[in-house]
Amino acid sequence: MTTERIIVVGNGMVGHKFIDTVINSDNAEKFEIVTFSEEPRLAYDRVKLSAYFSGSSVDDLMLTSEEHYQSAGVVYTLNDKVVEIDGDAKTVTTAAGKVEGYDKLVLATGSFPFVPPIPGKDQPHCLVYRTIEDLEEITASAQESKVGVVVGGGLLGLEAANALKNLGLETHVVEFAPRLMAVQLDEGGGDLLRRKIESLDVNVHTEKNTKNIGAGKKRRYVMEFTDGSELETDMIVFSAGIRPQDELARNNGIDIGERGGIVVDNFCRTSVEDVYAIGECALWDGKIFGLVAPGYHMAKVAYSHINGSSDQFTGADMSTKLKLLGVDVASIGDAHARTPGAQTYTYEDGVNEVYKRIIVSEDGKKLLGAVLVGDAEAYGTLQQMCVNDMALPDSPEQLILPASDGSAGASMGVDALPDTAQLCSCLDVTKGDIVDAVQGGCCSMGDIKDKTGASTGCGGCAALVKSVMDKELENLGVEVNNHLCEHFAYSRAELADIVRVKKIESFDALLDSHGQGGLGCEICKPAVGSILASFWNDYVLEDKHMGLQDTNDIYLGNMQKDGTYSIVPRVAGGEITPDKLIVLGQVAKEFNLYTKVTGGQRIDLFGAQLHELPTIWKQLVDAGFETGHAYGKSLRTVKSCVGSTWCRYGVQDSVGMAIALENRYKGVRSPHKIKFGVSGCTRECAEAQSKDFGIIATENGWNLYVCGNGGMRPRHADLFATDLDDETLVKYIDRVMMFYIRTADRLQRTSVWLENLEGGLDYLRDVVINDKLSIAQELEDNMTSNIGKYQCEWKTTIESPEKLKRFRHFINSEKQDENLAYVVERDQRRPANETERENQIPAVEVTV
Amino acid sequence: MTNQTINTSEASQWVDVCDINDLTPETGVCALVGEQQVAIFYSGKLDQLFAIDNYDPIGKANVLSRGIIGSIGERICVASPLYKQHFDLTTGECLEQAEHRIRAYPVNLAGNRVQVGIR
Ligand code: SRM
Ligand SMILES: Cc1cc2nc3c(=O)[nH]c(=O)nc-3n(C[C@H](O)[C@H](O)[C@H](O)COP(=O)(O)OP(=O)(O)OC[C@H]3O[C@@H](n4cnc5c(N)ncnc54)[C@H](O)[C@@H]3O)c2cc1C
Ligand code: SF4
Ligand code: FES
Repeated sequence: MTTERIIVVGNGMVGHKFIDTVINSDNAEKFEIVTFSEEPRLAYDRVKLSAYFSGSSVDDLMLTSEEHYQSAGVVYTLNDKVVEIDGDAKTVTTAAGKVEGYDKLVLATGSFPFVPPIPGKDQPHCLVYRTIEDLEEITASAQESKVGVVVGGGLLGLEAANALKNLGLETHVVEFAPRLMAVQLDEGGGDLLRRKIESLDVNVHTEKNTKNIGAGKKRRYVMEFTDGSELETDMIVFSAGIRPQDELARNNGIDIGERGGIVVDNFCRTSVEDVYAIGECALWDGKIFGLVAPGYHMAKVAYSHINGSSDQFTGADMSTKLKLLGVDVASIGDAHARTPGAQTYTYEDGVNEVYKRIIVSEDGKKLLGAVLVGDAEAYGTLQQMCVNDMALPDSPEQLILPASDGSAGASMGVDALPDTAQLCSCLDVTKGDIVDAVQGGCCSMGDIKDKTGASTGCGGCAALVKSVMDKELENLGVEVNNHLCEHFAYSRAELADIVRVKKIESFDALLDSHGQGGLGCEICKPAVGSILASFWNDYVLEDKHMGLQDTNDIYLGNMQKDGTYSIVPRVAGGEITPDKLIVLGQVAKEFNLYTKVTGGQRIDLFGAQLHELPTIWKQLVDAGFETGHAYGKSLRTVKSCVGSTWCRYGVQDSVGMAIALENRYKGVRSPHKIKFGVSGCTRECAEAQSKDFGIIATENGWNLYVCGNGGMRPRHADLFATDLDDETLVKYIDRVMMFYIRTADRLQRTSVWLENLEGGLDYLRDVVINDKLSIAQELEDNMTSNIGKYQCEWKTTIESPEKLKRFRHFINSEKQDENLAYVVERDQRRPANETERENQIPAVEVTV
Repeated sequence: MTNQTINTSEASQWVDVCDINDLTPETGVCALVGEQQVAIFYSGKLDQLFAIDNYDPIGKANVLSRGIIGSIGERICVASPLYKQHFDLTTGECLEQAEHRIRAYPVNLAGNRVQVGIR
């Protein structure tokens, strides 16, 4: 059998994809492959290049290996560049002088970073960001630098900025255009991205045109801009766009576009017979595609043509979704609304820093494009609507508005997608492929990635792929894993049942009897610690429970950013005597604690060091204060309004009720924190309807509202029962709270719990009011027993010399943590930020 | 009780730190070793001591001794109390962000005394 010889010039991502397609095809044995790489290694994952800075090794990034090529019969030459093509003789010549003949020639030479022709650009520490060698140079340069500038505020520029920041440099981005990511984002999106990035301490300079790079005064270089301003820096990374690597084709008579790029047709053929071009070097329909997915598509098309089929390349979707410096950014389709007649809808939430815009067709029926910044959850849905030409809902704005029930507005049943919908554009995986994989036994994202490759490229499709997988698993009746963590194959609710029914009293006993080995972790330990406390309510710092307590609970205070703690005594119902207020003031003054009135109607004292906590609490306990459990997943505050005692509209004593409820439920550990509000009349000054339990006075008693939430996803509480007397009110609260404690997931607030409770509010009423499950008495008994064991944890702690040993910074020294640094602002001290720290002389000189 | 956790021969000098009874099983304490803040953990379940830097390079505070210890697969780790990244107690490696590797120290139990090795 005669074989056909294919030479692939360039072993980058796309060149490798082509080779991989050939060697995995049914006709593999018909072809002989020879490839040349200018780089010192075979293809690696350039898309994930930045991961090299966060610890990925070269091996992690490799897309193939020399052994693999050898065993597949691929002949490769590294570190050698093809410099000549003889289209008549059908040979290529390399820089090292090697000559090889071909039947078909595939150019996959990629692109190179564009460096603007600025005088001074060729000095040391002026670098680019494209290859592993570039990254090594950047790392080396960073070690001798304090300040770094990225020239170019596009997608790659921001990735480079992230890298510089992680390398510890003061980071600047200099952009020629008036905004960041000008190609993908509109003005609103670009502005918000800028604000977000600046808040991360990356300095952004737009509309700056660099005219010279000279010697700096304080730093290595000074960049001089045409507007007369200057910026001093130690190093520069140019990331001002890419240019197709078309030199080889250009010098050898192959047609090149006016502004560069090897001209190809729909079969990826160039102007010279039997020569193809694919990837970032190829110019199709006047366009260069700077993403890997279109390149992969070209690789398949070129092979199809060589192999005698007729697949065509007809353009590509350039939608992108990324996390840049931790900010979600997505751009879909016609993001700039360039289609004639296009209409736009914009949603801007200045508080949460979210910007969303959709572009729809003139007739309002089709989605043409979208821009999302700050919240890109809708990406999957919108991108699919766009590429599949799916019909828009009647009011398209719903796609970007947060839904009134709080769920993401644009969620589209994945059922609505056709099987042919391409979910993963990087690896060309369709919904049908995922469904097949699940039917073939895949049941985790790991399986799906191994089997279909989906989500192994840029990762932008992960959420959508997962929801298609989950939906299909559900269709097949497979239960989706709700395991708490790798140590327990049970949900929190199941573990709560086990602990309660089997009367298990320690983490170790539960791990031994129902765990999967190991030591446990920071997920299951606090969750089980909380369950144990909910049912048995032991002292949380007992030796056997101590190691289970999370950050705040283990020292009975909320840890602050510098490792110090805050102190929040309970002020039930927000009612406090002048004497107690004075004590708080005295203590705060004595220990120089930053003092603030909280949103929960009490007073927070910040900045206490570990060794100070017992002394402070001793004074507070002596003055009649108790712990406020601000650190616990437990009752926080019961907010009240002043009520009938003073207010001319009040119809019940809301303060009295608030204090009674707070004292009843204080210290009860629950899946998440619990808050109450009690208002004295329908004017609702205590904002009770935004709390887990809201109580509003009526002429005849109390209306009870349940499962409200403030915070990240506010939800109004639902009216549960009306005109209750005091006793019934407490009975119902006992039951709802204990039912929540038994059945909720870990860290699930009552709002989300109710939304996920099958049967919803009606079912909850059935259980609590009609005792449908015949557990009402049990729930009340659980609660009574828990409440009976209440103790002020701080009181118990300061009375135990054994426990107090832990409240010091060093076990073997009276010294204090030297890392703490403060400045005074508005007459109180606060932790110094990084710049302030650098300018401060350390409080204690290190003696040698 | 195992006498050593990592190769004790690495240590050129042992610094006496505290009594084993000062440590509550499954939790940590911070010790001053020379000028270095060292987080020492005692797992009763494994009957083993561990020592790593107390400084959390991500949260930028001296807090690691106050984190929860546990296992991730075969690795024994502490989760930082600030932002919950895991640090391997035997190697000091950060599981989430490998560029943040901290130091791990040899620890030894001599009678009831816990000792940390320095080079
Ligand atoms: C101190 C305080 C802010 C203030 O200066 O006013 C505060 C401070 C913190 N809040 Fe809050 N929240 C405070 C009132 C609130 C309120 C208002 C209220 O209670 O009326 C809310 C909205 C109401 C709600 O919870 O539904 C609130 C919603 C949150 C949330 C979001 C919860 C949610 O379901 O979305 C978190 C995050 C969490 O718990 O996961 C949070 C978490 C936190 C943490 C624990 C963050 C942390 O892990 O460090 C802060 C602890 C600070 C400390 O050291 O004390 N805080 N937090 C308020 C303390 C009230 C108190 O006296 O105990
Ligand atoms: C930091 C970074 C992040 C990125 N992120 C994304 C992303 O999130 N999503 C996305 O879709 N894309 C991303 N890209 C772009 C993506 O990497 C490219 O689209 C893709 O690598 C193009 O593949 P290619 O094979 O055409 O070119 P390349 O991968 O550049 O390969 C070309 C190879 O050919 C070699 N070569 C050139 N000329 C010759 C010659 N004459 N002889 C021999 N060898 C030669 C080159 O040295 C090179 O090794 C990113 C790129 C970078 C640099
Ligand atoms: S909103 Fe709450 S959690 Fe956020 S910074 Fe303010 S106090 Fe902290
Ligand atoms: S779309 Fe990039 S990995 Fe799937």
